[in-house]
Amino acid sequence: MSSTVLITIICLSLLALFSAVILYFIAQKFKVFEDPRIDEVQAALPAANCGGCGFAGCRNFAEALVKADTFEGLNCPVGGAPVMADVARILGKTAPVVEPTVAVLLCNGTPEFRPRTSQYNGVSDCRISNSLYIGETDCSYGCLGNGDCERSCKFDALHMDPVTGLPVIIDEKCVSCGACVKACPRNLIELRKKAKKDRKIYVACSNCDKGGPARRACKVACIACSKCFKVCEFGAITIENNLAYIDANKCTFCRKCAIECPTNAIIELNFPPRKPKVEVQTEVTNVK
Amino acid sequence: MLKTFPLGGVHPPENKLTADIPIEYLSVPESVIIPVSQHIGSPANPVVNKGDAVRTGQLIAAGKGFISANIHSPVSGKVNKIDFASDSTGYKQTAIFIDVEGDEWLDTIDRSKEIIRDIKLSPEEIVKKCFESGIVGLGGATFPSHVKLTVQSGKKCEVLIINGVECEPYLTADHRLMLEKGEEILTGATILMKALNVDRAMIGIENNKPDAIAHITKLATSFKGISVYPLKVKYPQGAEKQLIKALTGREVPSGRLPLDVGAVVHNVGTAFAVYEAVQKNKPLFERVVTVTGKSLSKPGNYMVRTGTSLARLIEAAGGLPDDTGKIINGGPMMGKALNNTDVPVVKGMSGVVIFPAGESLRDEIKPCIRCAKCVSACPLNLEPFLLMTLSEKGLFERAEKERITDCMECGSCSFTCPASRPLLDYIRLGKSSVIKMARARNLK
Amino acid sequence: MSNLLNVSPSPHLHGKESTQKLMLNVVLALIPAFITSVFYFGTGAVIVTVISVASCLLFEYLIQRFILKRPLSITDGSALVTGILLAFNLPSNIPVLIIIIGSFISIAVAKMTFGGLGNNPFNPALVGRVFMLISFPVQMTSWPLPKGFGTGYLDAVTGATPLAVIKEGIKNGEPLSQLMDKIPTPSQMFLGDMGGSMGEVAAIALIIGFVYLLWRKVITWHIPVSIIGTMAIFTAILWFVNPEKNADPGFHILAGGVLLGAIFMATDYVTSPMNPKSMIIYGFGIGLITVIIRVWGAYPEGVSFAILIMNAFVPLMNTYIKPKRFGEEVQNG
Repeated sequence: MSSTVLITIICLSLLALFSAVILYFIAQKFKVFEDPRIDEVQAALPAANCGGCGFAGCRNFAEALVKADTFEGLNCPVGGAPVMADVARILGKTAPVVEPTVAVLLCNGTPEFRPRTSQYNGVSDCRISNSLYIGETDCSYGCLGNGDCERSCKFDALHMDPVTGLPVIIDEKCVSCGACVKACPRNLIELRKKAKKDRKIYVACSNCDKGGPARRACKVACIACSKCFKVCEFGAITIENNLAYIDANKCTFCRKCAIECPTNAIIELNFPPRKPKVEVQTEVTNVK
Repeated sequence: MLKTFPLGGVHPPENKLTADIPIEYLSVPESVIIPVSQHIGSPANPVVNKGDAVRTGQLIAAGKGFISANIHSPVSGKVNKIDFASDSTGYKQTAIFIDVEGDEWLDTIDRSKEIIRDIKLSPEEIVKKCFESGIVGLGGATFPSHVKLTVQSGKKCEVLIINGVECEPYLTADHRLMLEKGEEILTGATILMKALNVDRAMIGIENNKPDAIAHITKLATSFKGISVYPLKVKYPQGAEKQLIKALTGREVPSGRLPLDVGAVVHNVGTAFAVYEAVQKNKPLFERVVTVTGKSLSKPGNYMVRTGTSLARLIEAAGGLPDDTGKIINGGPMMGKALNNTDVPVVKGMSGVVIFPAGESLRDEIKPCIRCAKCVSACPLNLEPFLLMTLSEKGLFERAEKERITDCMECGSCSFTCPASRPLLDYIRLGKSSVIKMARARNLK
Repeated sequence: MSNLLNVSPSPHLHGKESTQKLMLNVVLALIPAFITSVFYFGTGAVIVTVISVASCLLFEYLIQRFILKRPLSITDGSALVTGILLAFNLPSNIPVLIIIIGSFISIAVAKMTFGGLGNNPFNPALVGRVFMLISFPVQMTSWPLPKGFGTGYLDAVTGATPLAVIKEGIKNGEPLSQLMDKIPTPSQMFLGDMGGSMGEVAAIALIIGFVYLLWRKVITWHIPVSIIGTMAIFTAILWFVNPEKNADPGFHILAGGVLLGAIFMATDYVTSPMNPKSMIIYGFGIGLITVIIRVWGAYPEGVSFAILIMNAFVPLMNTYIKPKRFGEEVQNG
């Protein structure tokens, strides 16, 4: 072997050895102790980094889980019960039972029911149109249709229907992370408890005006006539601020309120068909 | 060399279609709807009830707190109800509904035409009178005037500036007021000078109103300490900070008030209202509104009682043209587009501009080409392209550092942008989010 | 009234500017340079320009339509301007295939991969030119001499450009005074009677374009004046120190692509800084780097590289060099 090659090999080897030694000491000096369980818990989480748990990403949530004494208030909506049970097993704790929820739009103001009274020509952003004026209809509480919710959903579960102008939520994809709830400037989306067979019954209206103006603005508005409240045997319905609300925890899905509602403001989904009766076809805002 | 402000500014076409049309007094309507919040600050509290009889000029709602204003009845008649009514955004607020009967004014109001130049009230009494008469900034901002006239301890006012600029295209209310009520305006200015304890006033008038400049300059010779300055035509010359810079060369620091550089600015309309309040005991319940638009048959400058329905005002101007595409409350650069005409005229309504359908739609939004024309157009030297991106992405802390709250929403950036980007829309969103964020931070 | 009212946020007026109008004004400003390029280089100038423009438009159309599936934007004029500027950086006898490759790099790589108009950090035409220079060094450095209007496309007689003559001569140790006889006179260089790329030769045509752009408020004076000023100062210093080794400032400004680069390439909106202070620093940097490359670097011409290097600093300048805000100085008072 020529001397050049030999010298090169020796020099480079010495350089490598020198670097390795320095790196070893630096790695030891600046080592950060991390609980190894954090990595384990993080591996069990779905890695969606959606923020649905209220923390900044899955790793942050894993750190919080390891530090916490109980799982009170800590839940991963994306992974749900199986993931929380897994994490509980790793950490030797018990996971609380959290009921699954799904996003529901509390508005049914399609152009057929809620006529257009002006044309919005600004940029398509609900926060901007909401602060500008009441919207393209006479209902100052209803959906503006500019798609902030659709843009906020990272799970592809929310799409704006071009015909109705309302968002349609795909139940199977919705993980209840709550991003759409935060995105809507009019607070029209609610996370309601999931029932068996994906059944839903809710007041699809958020209008707090008195009955007269509400009805004039939209045919299927809640006019707070209280008929639903009177017929509910389970005390699930409350009327506040000229608006009825069905508590999903108390509701038994008997559907009496939906029959009573004179404006068809109450939507019932995924139920078996009733005996025939003249019903106004309500637009479906949740699909499978 | 005409004075002007050095940074930014744009030149929208002036379209002062109604500049030569004298003020016409609109007849009293059959009913009025008077919102209790026609000013910046707390809404006023109604002091009348359903069924009460009221006379023109009578107090019907009292200002709540210091930053608030009184509201007076513009008509005589009976209070029909106190209920919710839509304001210009369509959202509802409390309003007093009055059915009109005749036009009986309060006996205390001096209705004579004679111009009274002798000022009998002391400075403190003047400020009190402004509050009692419900005087607010009539340039469109509706800031309660008595607050501006109250100089906090430690600060000193050196000059009063009267804003006769009217830089918005189409609007001519101030122009006509200067031509027809010039002496009253100058007396009002003298009253304000007395209230602020200053001995000089500067009136700025844009150079597209040569008749008003000549008239006011001539009248001002008989008033002490008032000088008139024609200003170069550039939008937004009428903005407070730009006007102060052009006339005095001083820049109001970010987040501070004009008083911090020794100036107080009042609109000519406000000066006129102050004259009527102090010398004639007449509270503020009517104002000049320019109703204009290329398709209107009878555009003009109308003296309207507050509470009059806008629909009635437009009828007087010849009715809504068939090709109407947009109705703007205020000027076309900063005014708000209305979604119907069932809104009442309020103290801040300086004009109504009606656009035909062909001029009502925005151009398609294209990508930003980073030409920086928005930066050169901004009168405050902000960077609108950056503020828009930060607001869009929700980076509000950085937006606060970039001084997004300095923005006065003049619209020069959106006007200039070659790609028709909605700069101001997002900057407004960013501003309100930053203000909310800063408020939450201060509460902690 | 039968129609619904339109509602949108203020302002409700819009100025007369549009992206398309700005691009068309740039094209108009380049027409004098096109005329002189045809005048001096003949048919080749027309062919190269047409092919460059057509390829740029075609590639942008294909990418937007089939790969990105986005709405088309070829009508906004930016690909047209890139095509023309790329052509003006090339010799008039360059083969068709090389032009097409260069257009592809300019549009597809330097512009569309970054997100289309407004998102590219580097000047697309210059990226294309530099790519072609490095990939096809022979074809890209055989500059035709100006033989007149009737020259056929591939008939051009090539020769050394003034900058190359000086560079080679200095390397060989010849004093400058001798070399001056081998290159065109200043007035010839001003009118464009010299070898070089199609757009860079005629100073007079470029200056007419500059005045037009200033008049139509397409560009401001800051970048071109800063570049030329910086170059003038530094070359003047070098010339003063050693007049036999360094050419005078006048020569440096008229020779090579300085005027084309300063007026049309460095002022490209997307890749230049966004406030006047940064623009002056940007121009200073370009001028300085150009002089360094010309005097001490391996290439005779350095403007393209200088502009690309300074393009890399533009985001930094935009972030840290802010315009002085209204009311800033009294802020702390």
